[in-house]
Amino acid sequence: MPDKLKIADQSFESRLLLGTSGYPNRQVMLDALAAGGAELVTVSVRRISLEGYAESMVDLLGGDYRLLPNTAGCATVRDAVLTAQLAREALDTNWIKLALPGDRETLYPDSAQLVEAAEALVKDGFVVLPYCNDDPIVCQKLADVGCAAVMPLGAPIGSGMGICNPYNIGLICARSPVPVILDAGVGTASDAALAMELGCAAVLLNTAVAKAQDPVRMAAAMRHAVEAGYLARHAGRIPKRAYAEASSPQLGLIGT
Amino acid sequence: MSGTITLNGETTPLTDGGVIAILRDLEIDPAARGLAVAVNGAVVPRAQWSEIALRDGDAVEVVMLFAGG
Repeated sequence: MPDKLKIADQSFESRLLLGTSGYPNRQVMLDALAAGGAELVTVSVRRISLEGYAESMVDLLGGDYRLLPNTAGCATVRDAVLTAQLAREALDTNWIKLALPGDRETLYPDSAQLVEAAEALVKDGFVVLPYCNDDPIVCQKLADVGCAAVMPLGAPIGSGMGICNPYNIGLICARSPVPVILDAGVGTASDAALAMELGCAAVLLNTAVAKAQDPVRMAAAMRHAVEAGYLARHAGRIPKRAYAEASSPQLGLIGT
Repeated sequence: MSGTITLNGETTPLTDGGVIAILRDLEIDPAARGLAVAVNGAVVPRAQWSEIALRDGDAVEVVMLFAGG
């Protein structure tokens, strides 16, 4: 990769962010994260079980990765802000992936609450990375209130549908004053490559790797796809043509 | 001491010892990394865990980090 990913005041070699949920087992997750080359990995904040202590993701991953806590599952601005504040206390990080699903069925972001929560968290000193709709106006508003990046969905979380509206993602990338990270919807490597070709600065995915038949191999595929898409974007692709243009010389043909 | 608190959404008897005692009752080392506590919607910094007194009716949240996307 010729350039590093820059978010807020931090630089990263990897442009692939990976989630930590839903892997067949702990070892597969660790191997997949390593194969993907991720530096930033997402974790959730949840109530501890009153029945017994569960394994801490901090102990498991904290030494090798930078943990990016999320507010997934929060339904209100108040819950999202408190979850972010708890994450800051637990992890000693002011970075937060802000997720505010509008309902449990579609998991689409509640844009109105999202902007309100983002503004509150920025004012509270957070580096806010909001998971948002593929809507250029919402992305602009999130940047305006001080988010360090915007993370539009390619398709619904866990759907594997790829990038359903590449024109919107391209438009968001063209207009955004902050890095655009495609978050959600990726199903396979070509989706991740397309995100980067459209101008995204990075890709965040989880299910496509965790639920693949071979998560470790798919993580490697995503790593290569993100790199390939980034290189292609910056190499400058040829324009599309409706008709053929011969690539071999047209002079000196046998039989003419 | 009498009364109850709501601990992670469940009604629990109020006991002496505050946050530290709650963690010990849950067999959690209060020095473990990756824990956070809120009382009545406000985060209580770790340095204050041994100082803050819980009252009847307090809502206490104890969280840690799990897998996530």
